[in-house]
Amino acid sequence: MRPRLKIEKRLVTSRRVMFLASVLSIALALLAIALVFWEYGVDPIYAYTEIFIGSFGSIFGLSDTIAKAIPLMLCGVGLAVAFKALVWNIGAEGQLLMGAIAATGIALYVFPDAPAAVVLPSMFVAGFLSGALWGLVPSVLKAKLRANEVITTLMMNYIASNLVNYLVYGAWKGLKEWGFPYTDKFPSSAWIPTLPIGTGRIHYPTLILALMLAVLTYVLVMRTKLGYEIRVTGENPDAARYAGMSYFKTAMLVMLISGGLAGLAGVGEVAGNPSHHRLRYPQGISPGYGFIAIIVAWLGRLHPLAIIISSLLFGGLLVGGDAIQVSLGLPFAVIGIFNGVILFFVIGAELLLRYKVTIEWRREG
Amino acid sequence: MKRFPDVVANDHIDFELKAGEIHALLGENGAGKTTLMNVLYGIYRPDEGKIYVGGERAEIKSPRDAIYLGLGMVHQHFMLVHPHTVAENVALGLSSSKFLFPVREVEKGVAELSERYGLKIDSKAKIWQLSVGEQQRVEIIKALYRGAQVLILDEPTSVLTPGETRDLFNTLRRIAKEGRSIIFITHKLDEAMEISDRITVLRHGKVVATVRASETNKRELARMMVGREVLFRLEKKPAKRGEVVLEVKNLHALNDKGLPAIKGVSFTLSQGEILGIAGVAGNGQRELVEVINGLRKATEGKVFILGQDRTNCSPKEVIEMKVAHIPEERIRMGLVSNMSIAENLVLKNYRDSPFSKILFLNLAVIDQEAEKLISEYNIITPSKKTQAKLLSGGNIQRLILARELSENPCLIVAAHPTYGLDVGATEYIRTLLLKQREEGAAVLLVSEDLEEIMSLSDRIAVMFEGVFIGILPAESAEVEEIGLMMAGAKRMTDVKEGS
Repeated sequence: MRPRLKIEKRLVTSRRVMFLASVLSIALALLAIALVFWEYGVDPIYAYTEIFIGSFGSIFGLSDTIAKAIPLMLCGVGLAVAFKALVWNIGAEGQLLMGAIAATGIALYVFPDAPAAVVLPSMFVAGFLSGALWGLVPSVLKAKLRANEVITTLMMNYIASNLVNYLVYGAWKGLKEWGFPYTDKFPSSAWIPTLPIGTGRIHYPTLILALMLAVLTYVLVMRTKLGYEIRVTGENPDAARYAGMSYFKTAMLVMLISGGLAGLAGVGEVAGNPSHHRLRYPQGISPGYGFIAIIVAWLGRLHPLAIIISSLLFGGLLVGGDAIQVSLGLPFAVIGIFNGVILFFVIGAELLLRYKVTIEWRREG
Repeated sequence: MKRFPDVVANDHIDFELKAGEIHALLGENGAGKTTLMNVLYGIYRPDEGKIYVGGERAEIKSPRDAIYLGLGMVHQHFMLVHPHTVAENVALGLSSSKFLFPVREVEKGVAELSERYGLKIDSKAKIWQLSVGEQQRVEIIKALYRGAQVLILDEPTSVLTPGETRDLFNTLRRIAKEGRSIIFITHKLDEAMEISDRITVLRHGKVVATVRASETNKRELARMMVGREVLFRLEKKPAKRGEVVLEVKNLHALNDKGLPAIKGVSFTLSQGEILGIAGVAGNGQRELVEVINGLRKATEGKVFILGQDRTNCSPKEVIEMKVAHIPEERIRMGLVSNMSIAENLVLKNYRDSPFSKILFLNLAVIDQEAEKLISEYNIITPSKKTQAKLLSGGNIQRLILARELSENPCLIVAAHPTYGLDVGATEYIRTLLLKQREEGAAVLLVSEDLEEIMSLSDRIAVMFEGVFIGILPAESAEVEEIGLMMAGAKRMTDVKEGS
């Protein structure tokens, strides 16, 4: 008896298959990364236990995991909307930073003395608009000059990142920061309140906003005219044109939503994370949330509600990564490998969504 | 035997093909012809049953196995990579192709085959630039290049003119004479009678009979195929012409290659009238349809709809004028295959009340409308939530017609509306178009099927190389004359509109 793979086209892909494919891709990724641990002379099972305990095993770990899931959720949901319309936004990182800049501007220069009830909402609005505007530029370039948005959104990240650098080293450099590349600390009216749980980093208004927006986005995609246009455009751009839908309009709106949500994530980071409360150099604000969110969105199969779960998973991964760095002395780059390998398997699992693969046993000869 | 969700597509089929034989597989859409061939070609796996090739039990698990066994397939919907050239498409998946510059060698071979069988294909042309008819020839070359001993053709003539069909038949006879076998899938009785040695008739997934072509007749075949007696003539009332709906003046437009495709076309079309445009694919019909629907820019000239200038409007503005468009490439343009039937049915009117209010879709009304249209247009489907891609060819076209005709259009632009459809569906769709004409719609009918043009049109325009060679009244038009005009051999000296 020997096994043979039997591959057949799937006519219908059920929810269950989608879920199983996601679970399977994570399992395979964990197996592959086990080899990396093994190479470092670390027992993979021990490493995974450490990661799990570090991120989900205690109230401290869990609170950090949730805190890190907030920006991932916001960016991931936004990206899912864009990806659904086949608009490849790789610029969530830059859009997040632009949101952070806008929040800082409001907190330090526009409303330095206003009460929280004025400052906080203005920060969120300004953050959304500024991220949305940053997303709008590539979509206009695409519509008018046919510039590929993968390239332009990616490059806009560097512009945003250097803009942050310019501000924290130059124009907005803090007077009381001893020469560090930080702005001054926000007045306390511009701090997003946090829950007194664990490490106290869960800025719950942002969390609630993120959850609400995930649900709203789901409704947007499934129940609204715009959502219908997004789905048709993503499934068959020719049919969308035939039906009189404007690709430019759809692409612009999804980039506005996508950029806006990333912008909100930026607001949450500078004003909500108690270790910030100021703008600092770009890597200090985000360890690449905008990029990790791409994986979060795909792992959630672009379903806004599933992305809530996948963002928690990746929040845990980031926290667990910190934990093994400390306890096992592994380089932080291992987490980068983690992300890459998971994305690899998640995209690879697309095959399982389109084809049914079964193993059949047959007699020799 | 092959089961699909909720349907048995092939029910215990016995089928036998001899060397050097042309064997027609005749049946209506949804009879299971394409499924059977897809099983042979390894795209689907049978749930029961066995396949033998040259007396040996064959397990065909993928098209690769099928090709290895000498099977070549020309699908109804072509399997070509559009941005690539002809030679690149042929080279794709060839196990013998070199790692570097795999295409060079192939180009020579393609030119040779093209020469040998008179297929007239430029190996360096990009697929998206080719007409449907030319794309089909690429598919044939692809199969021959792989050394196919059995060539399977799925509805090959639906895209061809009578002349091209004759050429294809000659090619096929030459191929068969070399000892290769051909399976010719069709629903056209005349063709099955003309080209094949034997005919196997399928109905509802079962074999009705296998007969020698010389020992049967059209009537008998039709009865076996449909299961009842078939009417071959359509009832058509005299035209009641009303106001002018569409006026095209000196229209010019470019094709995808950026070359002039329409070179000064003018005509008018009135309420209650069908204007048929006959012509070989690639003579500007597709571009004309696209310009009228706002999908392509005119470089010169004007398009008036109901007296209003609608030149170079957006597709949306044209839709708002109540113009229905039955597109040439149904699946590529007219359908969102992964979405449900209900969602596909509102593709054109989802913006309007009562299907949506302000921002939101009204799903209850959309579902209701779907139920209504499914029963009104006899779309055969397990449910309104079924994904559109699971429908058979005829039902896909019913879906598109249901969507396009349900809004009482003033103008219907129908491109190849019955292409690839069976007798029953064709009869139904033609009746629908005639009914729309009686109700006062103007119909612009583009078709390569001369029989269709002759039986439906009030006036017939023949398009050749981007111009109307002439517009004739249908009563006095002769098939031979139109055929000559389609080939560009005859021009009307006085290019005036017939009335």
